[in-house]
Amino acid sequence: MAQMTETADRILTTADGTPLKQALARATRRNKIRAFILVAPLLAFVLVSFIIPIVDMLARSVDNPEVQAAIPETVALLKDWDGTGLPPEPVFAALAKELSDKSKRSEIGRMGARLNYEDSGFRSLLNKSQRRADKVTSGPYKEGMIAIDADWGKTSVWKTIQLTAPSTTFSYYLNALDRTYDENGNIVMQPEWKQIYVHLFVKTIYVSLGVRIACLLLSYPIAYLLATLPASKGNLLLILVLLPFWTSLLVRTTSWIVLLQTNGVINDTLVWIGIINDANRIEMIYNMTGTIIAMTHILMPFMVLPLYSVMKTISPNYMRAARSLGANPLVAFVRVYMPQTIPGVGAGSILVFILAIGYYITPALVGGQDGQLISNFIAYHMQKSLNWGLAAALGAILLAGVLALYWLYDRIVGVDNMKLG
Amino acid sequence: MADQATPFVQFSEVQKTYDGEILVVKDLNLDIAEGEFVTMLGPSGSGKTTCLMMLAGFETPTEGRIMLGDRELNNVPPHKRGIGMVFQNYALFPHMTVAENLAFPLEVRKLSKSDTVAKVERALDMVELSAFGNRRPGQLSGGQQQRVALARALVFEPDLVLMDEPLGALDKNLREQMQYEIKHIHEKLGMTVVYVTHDQSEALTMSDRIAVFNDGRIQQLAPPADLYEKPDNAFVAQFIGENNRLLGTVEEDDGSQCTVRVDGHMIKALSVNHDGRGSKTTLSLRPERVTLNPADGSLPNVFDAVVRELIYLGDHIRARVATCGDDEFIVKVPNAHGHLSLAKGTNVRVGWSMEDCRALDA
Ligand SMILES: Nc1ncnc2c1ncn2[C@@H]1O[C@H](COP(=O)(O)OP(=O)(O)OP(=O)(O)O)[C@@H](O)[C@H]1O
Ligand SMILES: [Mg+2]
Repeated sequence: MAQMTETADRILTTADGTPLKQALARATRRNKIRAFILVAPLLAFVLVSFIIPIVDMLARSVDNPEVQAAIPETVALLKDWDGTGLPPEPVFAALAKELSDKSKRSEIGRMGARLNYEDSGFRSLLNKSQRRADKVTSGPYKEGMIAIDADWGKTSVWKTIQLTAPSTTFSYYLNALDRTYDENGNIVMQPEWKQIYVHLFVKTIYVSLGVRIACLLLSYPIAYLLATLPASKGNLLLILVLLPFWTSLLVRTTSWIVLLQTNGVINDTLVWIGIINDANRIEMIYNMTGTIIAMTHILMPFMVLPLYSVMKTISPNYMRAARSLGANPLVAFVRVYMPQTIPGVGAGSILVFILAIGYYITPALVGGQDGQLISNFIAYHMQKSLNWGLAAALGAILLAGVLALYWLYDRIVGVDNMKLG
Repeated sequence: MADQATPFVQFSEVQKTYDGEILVVKDLNLDIAEGEFVTMLGPSGSGKTTCLMMLAGFETPTEGRIMLGDRELNNVPPHKRGIGMVFQNYALFPHMTVAENLAFPLEVRKLSKSDTVAKVERALDMVELSAFGNRRPGQLSGGQQQRVALARALVFEPDLVLMDEPLGALDKNLREQMQYEIKHIHEKLGMTVVYVTHDQSEALTMSDRIAVFNDGRIQQLAPPADLYEKPDNAFVAQFIGENNRLLGTVEEDDGSQCTVRVDGHMIKALSVNHDGRGSKTTLSLRPERVTLNPADGSLPNVFDAVVRELIYLGDHIRARVATCGDDEFIVKVPNAHGHLSLAKGTNVRVGWSMEDCRALDA
């Protein structure tokens, strides 16, 4: 007993006298460093190709430097304007001076593009004013500017400039949600004809849910078969399931077109059997139907694999036990087997859903006009309209939505319950 | 016990093959009386589980027929057989609580809510797990899970319960305790039990009768004492308990007794299962039936032996001696008052009676 209290008081040391804790820390530090070195390449890659772009995207969605960069003096003076009537003379003077500065030409061009998002007409107004501003060399500048274009005499134009001047803005987000600032800085709905994104988001979610459900319904029996078949046959079937992964997207797209188009195999067959007549051929491609069929096809392996990996671990003894306890095969399946596959259903569903919600290439190829999803519009703003701020805001909302769904899923099903393979 | 007139469970001429080539069950005939506790005992791969699965309905016999009471079972699906079953790894439904597991067989039988609750409670009481009804199987210890599995197989009051190595996953102490519990429940409820194990001591303590399986056949079906005292063949003698085997040739045989030449010695033995004069035979002799240095003339078989090894085991001493050409001959010497002090390498004499030495198949 006495000996025990003695050792408890003493610091434990290794044979050479270093305290044990220190030695232990040194030993684990080496392991930690090795582990870090092993993950470092991947970490760097993820950082460069994933984290940094996302941060950049998030920054871009609120970044608003254009007006500041083009007419800093005017903006500074405009800050004190109370928003009634027209700004005072010095503002006009600064504007005339800054617009006539030839070295700022490209900044002013960008400001025109930026202001155009708020109100189309700004681009031509600025182009015109820029060309003629150097003629307004002396006061009164107000009248001089209004003489160039009567729009400079409108309160709303000045208000828009004032509102768009700060170096960060939420207007891209508002735009992405079909909202905008009115001239008093209140948030209002876009005019009816400009409201497209909310509808698109909702549509994207519905399509993703639909694809998810279609994948689940089609995959469950296949996964069950895979899990119960003897290994040799099971592997062959698994290869067939994975085949979509291994064929090029273009080959697949072509085959969908061959199958689904109005004069395609399926329509021809249906007409030939007599189910539909020649005049009523079904439109199955270049619309939403095409998008859903193609996406279901592509995403199905992401549902089959998690389901399969969960089902494989369910011992046949559970079903046997249920049968021996008096349950008929259907009751045994529904009450004993299916609940145990929930982790697989959850994992597959969330995978398919998240992939579907950001799917771009398939809708672009076979979606036609009405089969386009939100990601197609993000791509449009990235590549065609070059409104990167709006593209970034749309992307950020999509990201937030996916994270929110993931959180919800975690609350309901539990991520620990998810089995990816 | 076994009422031969109306067997409760009857296998007649049952054969089973999985692949169409190898018979894993050969020509099985087995009658089990109502209320009996019959154990299938045998080495791994001998077809015990297969027999049980055929009885439960998860495998179909390739040949022959199985009767339960007066029903022929061959075409009855498992869920209509009304047979309780305890699986080796319990197969408790992991997504249900203990109480839900127990309620499952009652719910599928459409029992009223109140009856279900009452029966579940009674079953939990029986296995002393009343406080655990709301736990998941994963939150129970192995022994507790075992009890739940037992309770679940019994809660719908089946007349026949099958158990496939139900205690295989438990440690030794717990296994022994559960053996008694299962035995007591059997005595109390009086159902028929078919039990599978490859642990012979388990079989010996629990069973009314034991069917020793080997190679797809029942080698012997007998009460535990008979199996030990009167093995029918060399496999059973070897498989149950410890056994000295002496290989020899039958020299004389009068139908009940015989004389066997083993390594030049003539041994008098009981004729049980050999092919008559001139045939090869295995003599089987339990180590505890061998007497060391017997009084002259007291035993018909007395031979010289040399002590090779001694192991002190408290209540007895295990002596390995060489005699009759066998270097592995074991003698259990009781640690009685005034017992001989043995030493390695000494010469002794070993002797045994004619009745304790059984001449079996070679
Ligand atoms: N589903 C099956 N398909 C093919 N062969 C099988 C199957 N199940 C069992 N067998 C074979 O049948 C034989 C008997 O198996 P069984 O499971 O009945 O043995 P057992 O006596 O229960 O053995 P253990 O004590 O190891 O459980 C074995 O040779 C086994 O390989
Ligand atoms: Mg077995």
